[in-house]
Amino acid sequence: MEVQDLAQAYRLFECIQCGRCTGGCPMSLKTRFNIRRLIYEALVDEDMDLQSKEVLWDCSTCGTCTLRCPKGLDPTDIVIGMRSILVDGGRIPPTIRDALKSLAIRGNPLTMAREERSDWAEGLGVREISEGAKVLYFVGCSPSYDPRVQKVAKALVQTFKKADVEFGILGNEEVCCGSEARRMGETGLFEMLRELNLETLEPYPVELMVTTSPHCYDAFQNEYQGLDFKVQHYTQFVAGLIDEGKLPLSKEVKRVVTYQDPCFLGKQNKIFEEPRKILESIPGLELRELDRSRERSLCCEGGGGRMWAEGTNPEERLAHTRVQEAMDLGAEVLATACPFCLLTLEDAAKTVAGEGGIQVMDIMELVVEAL
Amino acid sequence: MGPRIGVYVCHCGVNIAATVDVEEVTRFAQGLPSVAMARDYTYMCSDPGQALIKEDIKEFGLTKVVVASCSPMMHEPTFRGTIQEAGLNPYCLEMANIREQCSWVHEEEEEATRKAIQLVAAAVDKAFLLEPLEERRVAVTSAALVIGGGIAGMQAALDIANAGFQVYLVEKEPRLGGHLAQLDKTFPTLEPVAPLLAEEIREVEGHPNIDLLTSAEVIGLEGYIGNFKVNVTDQATIRDLKVGTIVVATGYDIFDARLKPEYGYGIYEKVITGLQFERLVSLSGSRKFWVNEKEPQDVLFIQCVGSRDKSVGHEYCSRICCMYTAKQALLVKEMLPQARVTVLYMDVRAYGKGFEEFYDQVRGEGVLYRRGNPSEIYKNGKRLIVRVEDTLLGEPVQLEADLVVLATGITPRRDSPKIANLLKLPRSPDGFFMEAHPKLRPVDTVTEGIYLAGCCQGPKDIPDTVAQAKAAAASAMIPLCQGQVKVEAVTSIIDEELCSGCGICAEMCVYDALSLHERKGVMTINEVLCKGCGACAAACPSKAIKLSHFTPAQILAQVDALV
Repeated sequence: MEVQDLAQAYRLFECIQCGRCTGGCPMSLKTRFNIRRLIYEALVDEDMDLQSKEVLWDCSTCGTCTLRCPKGLDPTDIVIGMRSILVDGGRIPPTIRDALKSLAIRGNPLTMAREERSDWAEGLGVREISEGAKVLYFVGCSPSYDPRVQKVAKALVQTFKKADVEFGILGNEEVCCGSEARRMGETGLFEMLRELNLETLEPYPVELMVTTSPHCYDAFQNEYQGLDFKVQHYTQFVAGLIDEGKLPLSKEVKRVVTYQDPCFLGKQNKIFEEPRKILESIPGLELRELDRSRERSLCCEGGGGRMWAEGTNPEERLAHTRVQEAMDLGAEVLATACPFCLLTLEDAAKTVAGEGGIQVMDIMELVVEAL
Repeated sequence: MGPRIGVYVCHCGVNIAATVDVEEVTRFAQGLPSVAMARDYTYMCSDPGQALIKEDIKEFGLTKVVVASCSPMMHEPTFRGTIQEAGLNPYCLEMANIREQCSWVHEEEEEATRKAIQLVAAAVDKAFLLEPLEERRVAVTSAALVIGGGIAGMQAALDIANAGFQVYLVEKEPRLGGHLAQLDKTFPTLEPVAPLLAEEIREVEGHPNIDLLTSAEVIGLEGYIGNFKVNVTDQATIRDLKVGTIVVATGYDIFDARLKPEYGYGIYEKVITGLQFERLVSLSGSRKFWVNEKEPQDVLFIQCVGSRDKSVGHEYCSRICCMYTAKQALLVKEMLPQARVTVLYMDVRAYGKGFEEFYDQVRGEGVLYRRGNPSEIYKNGKRLIVRVEDTLLGEPVQLEADLVVLATGITPRRDSPKIANLLKLPRSPDGFFMEAHPKLRPVDTVTEGIYLAGCCQGPKDIPDTVAQAKAAAASAMIPLCQGQVKVEAVTSIIDEELCSGCGICAEMCVYDALSLHERKGVMTINEVLCKGCGACAAACPSKAIKLSHFTPAQILAQVDALV
């Protein structure tokens, strides 16, 4: 694809330049990234120089623009299309290049070894899916390798066991879902990873896949076609366990908690209730809502390849704003349900609140405190 | 003596003649045994063309006529009129469509001519078997029903009543006035609504020809144009009304702003809808108004809330919001001259009489129009923050506001599927009731005798609503004035010897024209309701139903000529 092809491919002629995309864009709060203007330029300027648009790497693909567009266009996908032109031309930031290269060679963007993918589960008695369980726990890259997010994976395992869920993992057979590859503009790599996962899954009689990350959930749910099993984010699955009375939450967790809606869970997949249901089921926990919540939630800047690209204004972080808002609310814990949110918010909390200040936790970590 | 058939082959300018050898078709027709006369002519539908047919009928004693031209959809009524004027039964006409089904879809002249010849031969063979049919008329009940007591319904009722006919006006709510009763002033003239509406209501309530039924609902409808039977209930009792025609003026709903959660409507009390704003200024006597006991300093208006928006399933423009927002912005400026008043818009549509002038006036008074449709509203401390990209600056901005007014649009009523089902009214893709033709029959529906007025047909402002109400009233009065209506001559006929009374036909019939004759145990047909679609004839397992003008013999004769 070339710049001239964007208009046809993404129906840019239908854009009415109302500005709702940019007006809602979290990145436009802090950088010059303006998707409305980029769309207009692509329409009127055949010689548009994408290479000079450093802001293209600011987008966290949170999907707010797509949600707000009154004409049914998909500005998020337009950004991905523009990035793919840059990827095809090999003109991308080196950190993005390294992440993509690692994805291609090692099946994860974190430059970690393939054969270490399931090391986190050692000693936990987690079985491999090849042993025949119907529930597949798709761990994901950050929960497999990142020491901070590994705690979430472990909390999930502990919860599954408490509720007597028979489940298995793919172990070292698991590779990245490809969501981030696609959003960094590497569509071909995404397709390759999708093929790999589909091939791996083929022989197993899985009935349900549960993911740690909303990003993996979104990919399997919306970008993998022809899966013959159901896909759930863990918040849906765990809320179900609570509903069915299979997960007794008996210990009090006396904390004031607020919740950050991850974009890929809330805005993009309308999963708003289940995370709140879990938090409200924890005895002693007081849930306070942020003003900007649900459909108006503020992105943490962790998606769309942003874990591997700083963007044009790295000094100012939306995660800082978010942590500050949580503190103003009197929350002791800022909870979330996404590995990227967890990492970006925790990083921000260290800067804004310092040690002993507000804690950033995954919902699962609060759940295991109540077990 | 057998039938004497005249065949008329039309050139339709070059539409037919450029592809079909019309002279050869005419020569062929002339050679058919029952054809007494065959001619071709440039435009058969023109006055000289029709005169040709009429003269031939008289001179050659023609008993049947075949016109080979365009689709019968186009000119069958024309030529039926032509032969009727010359003394023939209008159903002694058959058309061969050699334009849409021949010259327009083929390129090769020889093949096209061969096909045209076959179509003419088939038409001639059917014409041979055509029988005269009687066009009957039924008497019309001299009364009308108007459903809905908003401005549209009241105006339609008044016009019909003033013409001297009995009108039943049914309103769901306890009071007349509809949405109009909730408005403060009109645009662009800033005329107070209350006296205007009071006058209209007084007239309706005091009219000797209007029977007003409030807190009442239509729950049943049967019959047909001229003779509708309507069941109306006020919960306690059911009344059966007999009317000749019906005007539907059921109005609209306001878009539910909670469906755009990004604006925080229902969360923030300082985010209100346009309709709530009307009440706010109306209560204040249009002198001053307060929000939380303070005069608002920054008032923001947001256009297109729920309109032109595929994300909420309303692609259409609501047509009233640009101007009511302009009006409201001006009212704020008049009441609170110190306030900063901003309208956030994507396009301003000032298309009506006096609208552009009004828009100029509003800006002239100091209302700031800023281009960009806001994307979200949230709070900073106690103040509302509206996030919007000023698209002319190309910069996202965060505007503080003490009051945000959402220009919520017009949507089809939530109960419109129910009404549509009851009255058998189709709805257009936008969900509003559909007119019979967007250009030529804008107030008619596909159900004869039922007409549309006001926003139930689509968003419109007060003058357009009143104009449409008057048009619907005039249309509804035509059958009442005539005192009788024509009914379809082409209907199904039941052979009582063959009918077993199984009722399959009645299930097929969308017009409810078939019923079981209790005593005879066979089906009977209501010829006034029957539209001659033929569904029952095709479905009948005993072949007991025949459709006049399309009898098996007539159709088989056509088929024989074609194959």
